[in-house]
Amino acid sequence: MKRYDLIIIGAGPAGLSAAIEASKRGMSVAVFDENARPGGQLFKQIHKFFGSKKHKAKIRGYKIGEQLLQEASDNVDVKLNSPVIGIYPGKEVVVRQEDHIFHYKADSIIVATGASENMVPFEGWTLPGVIGAGAAQTMMNLHGVKPGEKILMLGSGNVGLVVSFQLLQAGCEVKALVDAAPRIGGYGVHAAKVARCGVPFYLSHTITKAEGTDCVTGAIISQVDEHFKPIPGTEEHFDVDTICVAVGLSPMSQLLMMAGCDMVDDPKRGGQVPVCGDYGETSIPGIYAAGDVSGIEEASSAMIEGRMAGICAAQYLDFCTEDEKKESLKTLLEDLDDLRQGMFAPKNRGKKIEKTEEGIDISQTLLTKGHLTREEAERFPGVIHEVGVHPVIECTQNIPCNPCQDACPKHCIQVGNDITALPQIDPDVQCIGCGMCVASCSGQAIFLLNEDYEPGFASVTLPYEFLPLPQKGSKGKALDRAGQPVCEAEVVNVRTAPAFDHTALLTIKVPKEKMMDARFYKGLGCTEGVEK
Amino acid sequence: MERITEHPILGKIKKGREVRFTLDGRELKGCEGEPIAAALKANGVMIHRYTAKQHKPRGIFCAIGRCTDCVMVVDGKPNIRTCITPLKEGMKVQTQYGTRAKAEVKDK
Repeated sequence: MKRYDLIIIGAGPAGLSAAIEASKRGMSVAVFDENARPGGQLFKQIHKFFGSKKHKAKIRGYKIGEQLLQEASDNVDVKLNSPVIGIYPGKEVVVRQEDHIFHYKADSIIVATGASENMVPFEGWTLPGVIGAGAAQTMMNLHGVKPGEKILMLGSGNVGLVVSFQLLQAGCEVKALVDAAPRIGGYGVHAAKVARCGVPFYLSHTITKAEGTDCVTGAIISQVDEHFKPIPGTEEHFDVDTICVAVGLSPMSQLLMMAGCDMVDDPKRGGQVPVCGDYGETSIPGIYAAGDVSGIEEASSAMIEGRMAGICAAQYLDFCTEDEKKESLKTLLEDLDDLRQGMFAPKNRGKKIEKTEEGIDISQTLLTKGHLTREEAERFPGVIHEVGVHPVIECTQNIPCNPCQDACPKHCIQVGNDITALPQIDPDVQCIGCGMCVASCSGQAIFLLNEDYEPGFASVTLPYEFLPLPQKGSKGKALDRAGQPVCEAEVVNVRTAPAFDHTALLTIKVPKEKMMDARFYKGLGCTEGVEK
Repeated sequence: MERITEHPILGKIKKGREVRFTLDGRELKGCEGEPIAAALKANGVMIHRYTAKQHKPRGIFCAIGRCTDCVMVVDGKPNIRTCITPLKEGMKVQTQYGTRAKAEVKDK
């Protein structure tokens, strides 16, 4: 039986990070993963991540995956197509490789198996065309095949919102975003970028039927009462070929349970999770859990948890000293703590939050329709009016994210030390209109306004991540935050740059009185906000 | 279903060379190395199998090899998860009925 100092199960963000830290300290490490490629779900994440610089914020998920693989390439041995099927007493790990079963012996184990998608049954849910949101991401972002043409998205958490936007980017039509909850579950900024493309949100609604005999040909949704029961007579039909289900994730903790770790059912962490210390130590000495398997969070937190578990395993087997461990864990724990702040922190899951940390009323339209109203936008600190060009930051919820602060070469945007604070604009610093803040905002919530572009006209610079890219001089409609046309608009500038990382900056000219409404652009002859 | 030829973030999506394979005897084209399920989707195929007892259609569901809804008979071998099995030149893919391809069911 082959022996390793450390066996890691799962080569996603947590597992790879753990392997990097452990190998660095001299441990012999094997990473087993059931997939043909390492990286877990990171390579399907094509949006810019939130967080701070040290959390790799504003870098797209798949690029973080590439960086992680690069860092791991020197001394981490990832064994692919190798599902682990059991952990037995004495840290014996059983793996299926090809059509054979192999036994390995470890002195420590890190379980980083991630999570699986939840499902919700409804009439017709087994029809071809009803797919998981993850399946949609896999098809379009990894394999370049559209998951469908006309989509209904079920679930308004970050996965539902992010995948809806990605579907639009892939050229699909998203007909509606439906959630039984009365409020949108994910970040308001993610919702807003979907809403401004014209996707309607149906909160307090659920799907009651997938129509079709061989495959999905339509969907029926109904409004639900306070007990989540469909209200008869409220049915609405949608002409869709695909129903995408994004109703949460559950930790894949079966191996930990099998190993005999103490488990707990914790809804705030997503279900059955191991009882863990601060660094992922389970009830069995030498067995650790890292990433979504110990509680559903983001990939950025999974990477930190992985590093912590790797360091702990190293110290457990004397590959580093207690002091070295403490020193390394201290900064990692601080980083992780940063990410666990704000309205969407695990501790706040399910809580109804009415005001921001700054005491400003949260936009209720954002929570139910997916966008701010013009009036609501005006009450947030990032929304100002000045002569000449200046940023307008429609960031209205406390989330741990601050790339905008570093993006401005003039330092005119401040988030401060509290990473969840709403960004503010320093009125004494003159904006140069470079657009770095617009491109750096992972939530696409920053716009540049030039209130005096021409007599009677203002210009609005907005982030644009669709194809084809409108040309300078082309004419179309400016859309408001709900994706409704508000006025004629002319594209007066289109900027792309490597520093913008595939976010183009579109500057449109609109009548001055519409500058606080115009937040998206639709060229003539386009549908659903995306040029065909 | 369409392939995405150019993507605003990913640019041109790298694919393997074009290969031919068959679905229930019908010749189709796909890209070498992509999951069989992706090639079928690009050809507009939705139904991968029918359930044994109720004869209900099933297709892609999780696309990561977890749910086993997309299994088919591939080169004579049943229960192949098409979403994680790479496409090869000349593969013989068959819709699965219960646990077999249709011809075998008829033989019984």
